[in-house]
Amino acid sequence: MRQTIELIGEFGLLLRDSLAAIGPSLFRGRGRRLGWRNLWHQMNRIGVDSLPIVILVMASIGAILAMQMAPELARFGLIPATADVVALATFREMGPLISAVVLTGFGGSAIAAEIGTMVVGEEIEALEAHAIDPIRFLVVPRLLACIVMMICLTVVGDLAAIAGGMLVGGLFLQLNPVQFYQHAVQILTVGDFITGLIKAAVFGLEISTIACFLGLKVRGGAQGVGINTSRTVVMTIVALILTDLFFTTIFFFLGF
Amino acid sequence: MDVNAIKTRQPIIELKHLSKSFGDQILYDDVNLEVLPGETLVVMGGSGSGKSTLLRVLMGHLPYDGGSVRIHGREFADYSRRELNAWRLMVGVLFQTGALFNSMSLRDNLALPVREHTDLPEELIQIMIKIYLQLVGLRESIDRMPSELSGGMKKRAGLARALMMQPRMLFYDEPTAGLDPVSSAQISRLILDLKDKMDVTSIVITHDMNTAFRVADRMALLAEKRFYLVGTPDEFKRSDDPLVRQFVDGLLDGPLSPQADQQAYEADLLQKKVLFNR
Repeated sequence: MRQTIELIGEFGLLLRDSLAAIGPSLFRGRGRRLGWRNLWHQMNRIGVDSLPIVILVMASIGAILAMQMAPELARFGLIPATADVVALATFREMGPLISAVVLTGFGGSAIAAEIGTMVVGEEIEALEAHAIDPIRFLVVPRLLACIVMMICLTVVGDLAAIAGGMLVGGLFLQLNPVQFYQHAVQILTVGDFITGLIKAAVFGLEISTIACFLGLKVRGGAQGVGINTSRTVVMTIVALILTDLFFTTIFFFLGF
Repeated sequence: MDVNAIKTRQPIIELKHLSKSFGDQILYDDVNLEVLPGETLVVMGGSGSGKSTLLRVLMGHLPYDGGSVRIHGREFADYSRRELNAWRLMVGVLFQTGALFNSMSLRDNLALPVREHTDLPEELIQIMIKIYLQLVGLRESIDRMPSELSGGMKKRAGLARALMMQPRMLFYDEPTAGLDPVSSAQISRLILDLKDKMDVTSIVITHDMNTAFRVADRMALLAEKRFYLVGTPDEFKRSDDPLVRQFVDGLLDGPLSPQADQQAYEADLLQKKVLFNR
């Protein structure tokens, strides 16, 4: 119990330090600046590489949702409402969540394994010995990359899901894409879109911080790297779902 | 260098009654040491005696429990973040395994600290990289990745990187461990050259007696949770203390040998046997 509380406390400290380091690393001079090249590299690695998977998965989710809902809605003669359901479920819920899960598998585990290996190889100490702050140099770029790419992936994922729904509508439900599109646009509000993106940003923060934290906590060689990498995936997914529940509750009561 | 001339100068690092433990395992009890400007101090000791930990404490990676560490006359624990960074920039560290950044080529490994801390033009940085890689005999390998280098090459590359920021002090953590005799001799040569040419103060941690006697101005032996003997290489050669003799000559029997507790051993064995029979 005590260990768990200590762990959460340490995590909080890392989160605080990293958030505090973002501002200065963007605007300060040498010795404190953020490597823009490094950030670009991280964004490429984390986001661009997981893009095809997100598109594939989200298009499938859209198709699945449409096929699951259509028979029920057909009983009430509401086939076109399939588009409404797909659009709402995706933009408010599935888009950010599924993209985050894909990014956890893609980016989170890679970040934890990479930083863990650096710990084992004395690289973190070497950074500190050169007066280079590991938080600014390693954590902040990954954190920013994860947040930015989470938002981008969610937008792309949302569109992919709509496309998947459209495909099912066109093929099996006699619902032509234009109708589908009109229904989706009608039901969606800016609020749906924004709440989805807020969730996405927070998910990105969570994925990167948990991965960096567990990576930095690696002890005991290759085995430690393996343990903390898998722990990263499990803990991140649990954290994602819990945060999602929290957000949804708040939005529910706020009436968004 | 004349040892007596060094001794009159103000020490850079002063350890007084330093203590450090991990959990209930006491590593140092009462460590006293001075590091004087311009000298090469060799710190020796058996495996697990806390030689590397000493460097970690001096780099500010690990806190110490008691006693005092004064660096440039100021208590190290009171250093602010900024002062600590200034100290770290003044010191070059050669890690045991080289600690190169594995995701970067040798070129980028050497460039990183300079790019981070200075606004030097890139062309100049590239020239510096070539100079220091040439110094350690690795100029041909400039675009290789650390994983493509042998253990000895990694150490030399680590040394080149440590030199990029023109340090005033160098810490060597086991610079010759695991190297063949010729590579060891090359490293010893480098340590001596650097002292002559760049006038750096060095702390060399090693248990390799050849290297130790080759490079040392003074030597310190870490044993029994403190510095058992601090003196010149001559003093170490002449000492007739059994512990010093055992360590320097690598003798099998002496105060450093683990004293097997026969009774505990037997009890341990018998208990295993009882369990087995049950």
